[in-house]
Amino acid sequence: MSDEFTFDGWRRPDGRIGIRNHCLVLATVVCAAGVVREVGRRLADVVAVEHPHGCGRGGPDIGLQLKTLAGLVRNPNIGSAILVGLGCEPVSVGLLSAVIGETGKPLKGIVIQDAGGSGKTADQVEAMAREMLAELAAMPRSPGTAADLTLALECGGSDTFSGMTANPAVGKAVDRLVAMGGTAILSETTEMIGALGPLLRRAANDEIAAQLKKMVDEQEAVTRKILGDFADRALAPGNVESGLSTIAEKSLGCIAKGGSTPVREVLAYAQRPSKQGLVVMDTPGYDAESMTGMAAAGAQMIAFTTGRGSPAGFPAVPVVKVSSNSEIYGRMTGDIDVDAGRVLSGVTLDEVSEEILSLLLRVARGEKTKAEVNRQDVFAIAQTHQAL
Amino acid sequence: MSVRAVRIDAADNVAVVVADVEAGGRVRLDDESELTATQPVPRGNKVALTAIAPGEPVIRYGEEIGVAPADIAAGDHVHTHNMGGRK
Repeated sequence: MSDEFTFDGWRRPDGRIGIRNHCLVLATVVCAAGVVREVGRRLADVVAVEHPHGCGRGGPDIGLQLKTLAGLVRNPNIGSAILVGLGCEPVSVGLLSAVIGETGKPLKGIVIQDAGGSGKTADQVEAMAREMLAELAAMPRSPGTAADLTLALECGGSDTFSGMTANPAVGKAVDRLVAMGGTAILSETTEMIGALGPLLRRAANDEIAAQLKKMVDEQEAVTRKILGDFADRALAPGNVESGLSTIAEKSLGCIAKGGSTPVREVLAYAQRPSKQGLVVMDTPGYDAESMTGMAAAGAQMIAFTTGRGSPAGFPAVPVVKVSSNSEIYGRMTGDIDVDAGRVLSGVTLDEVSEEILSLLLRVARGEKTKAEVNRQDVFAIAQTHQAL
Repeated sequence: MSVRAVRIDAADNVAVVVADVEAGGRVRLDDESELTATQPVPRGNKVALTAIAPGEPVIRYGEEIGVAPADIAAGDHVHTHNMGGRK
């Protein structure tokens, strides 16, 4: 399939290729959220992203916010961006622009306190965005292959079937993507607790094994500190209702999304991979924060498995939804792209993985996923401390 | 009429039922072996394939997913009420 896994995307000056060509309107701080939301209401074609951050935190969290927002702007699916700040925040338009650095993409900034308030700012951002959208529409396409793709892996609302159907089916698709030179990011460190044995057997070398062990041990210690004796039940109520009994059981199903190739690299949150193949990123198990970290690292698409049924998508990065059971697919067909639950009624994992891979290719070629059609964007940045 | 239960790894001592099973209902594995559920086992939940003694691991995916604090009999429903993580 490697000869056939080709698509026309948008080659960015840093060499990476986007499968979408979006204009991002990004709040640097929570105080700019209203303006960004207003621009999003006026212009359906922009990707408007706001968040509750940009101020009121200590150095480590402000650093995480800068790194994550800069990574999102640099994501190859973003063709141009407008930063909207307030004027007195630490994550300012000026500082964020400096962290983003030279991208070769059109990048503009505006500060509400200088532009004359929220209404005038929204009007100016709208005008800038209209110009950018016209430029993006005229931008020529360039050919790409599987080797240009970074696929983020996510699960949300897992059930006992996730580890038997959707996750291993995605894992087989990942193996094939990796064989064609592509990259996949396995994340959600909380959902590696109790699954360290199989994970370590897949480390490409001793150094990576030591990094994986440290990462999971530290997350386990944090989880024990927060949940105490209930740490082994670091599960959502829906996970338990579905029959998952311990975090180890959930984790062993979760890591099946990574397929069977060696782990080539261990990444910090929002860190861009330097290796091709399967890599692991240290993120919370919390879906929204995990997807955000992988998108900031440059993932152009996300494969998201769900048992209980999650509608979540992500701004500018298409999310392919795979259900672990046919009942939830039937109830939420408008949100789910592939039903891997058919594995329970005789369809093979190979057949479902083939379906997932061919959908990933069609999505790279421009087909919208259901989460894109529904505009079910979620966005959340991982933080380490409480607000000050 | 038996309900299918999926054992993922040959080392597993539990299997996941694909539909609700009543107490006394028959459970069928893919190797055609059968056992009787001692308790109701809801869809997606685990049924014990063998007796599991206190302190012994509950195994799924060929790996330990928890331990039994008290005796589990073959055919019992296995969930948060009779298994937990190793402390």
